[in-house]
Amino acid sequence: MLEVGIWSFHRFELKPAYVNLLAMSCGPRQDRGCLAQIQEIEETTRVSNEKAGTLTTAEPTIEKETRSEEEFDLPWQVVVHNDPVNLMSYVTMVFQRVFGYPREKAERHMLEVHHNGRSILWSGLREPAELYVQQLHGYLLLATLEKRG
Amino acid sequence: MDICRRKGAIEISELDPFLAELLRQIPACTNSDGVPAAEQRLFSSPTTGRETESCVEWKTYVEPELRRLFQTATQTVAADLEQLNGNEESLANRTLRIPAKHADAWLSALNQARLVIAAKNNFTESELNDHFRSPIGSRRDLSLFQVNFYGFLQEFILRELES
Repeated sequence: MLEVGIWSFHRFELKPAYVNLLAMSCGPRQDRGCLAQIQEIEETTRVSNEKAGTLTTAEPTIEKETRSEEEFDLPWQVVVHNDPVNLMSYVTMVFQRVFGYPREKAERHMLEVHHNGRSILWSGLREPAELYVQQLHGYLLLATLEKRG
Repeated sequence: MDICRRKGAIEISELDPFLAELLRQIPACTNSDGVPAAEQRLFSSPTTGRETESCVEWKTYVEPELRRLFQTATQTVAADLEQLNGNEESLANRTLRIPAKHADAWLSALNQARLVIAAKNNFTESELNDHFRSPIGSRRDLSLFQVNFYGFLQEFILRELES
């Protein structure tokens, strides 16, 4: 379990650095999560303050909450919507490439899109979900990022 | 028209002037300028509409990258199609070779073209599924034929990629 300040989150930043669609990969991006980055910054600041002798004993009170990283940012879904123009075989290929799904699983999702109008392809942290949506748009599929619930 | 795989390329031979002209039109057909429905389809929203801030950031950072991606694919296809230049007024059949490494660019450009044509003509799902509609009697029929012809090429390229 990670102990984190609740003020640290819910800030969505789309950085140009991860918008490079020309290098499409088959798997999820392996970036560090925002929690790890925040913890690193907090640790750097603490060490820096200690060295400079500026760490005060009376620290400001911050509301804290105990949550796991997954628990915090889990409910984001990558949804693909039906589109009468895109070929079924093309959609299957895209699912295989973007998510690395085996053919059977990719076909199952494709058929779900075809019959039900939409299919949830992936769910998890927001940042990789955004990247998946970008990749799917690069393949011209109708994909959206939705919060579960 | 004959289509097969030969020496690391997809070869479309016995191309009659009509089909050759349809192929030449692929790059032009990907242009969605001035057609809001087509533009909206190529650059669709990443959310269901409730997250305005995300949409603004998407338009700022992602959309230009998507445009570049689509444009690069179209340029690759346009360069391959130069093989067909010079016989616009001839009735002789031609051959087009698509290098295997250009397959993804072709899939993208064909998809762009199909989506733009469908959006411009506002084709219904039943029209798009009517693969036996004939004869070509109007501009709309021709556009539908074009969507199906490009789809056929996509299918072939996909099969080649799988094999």
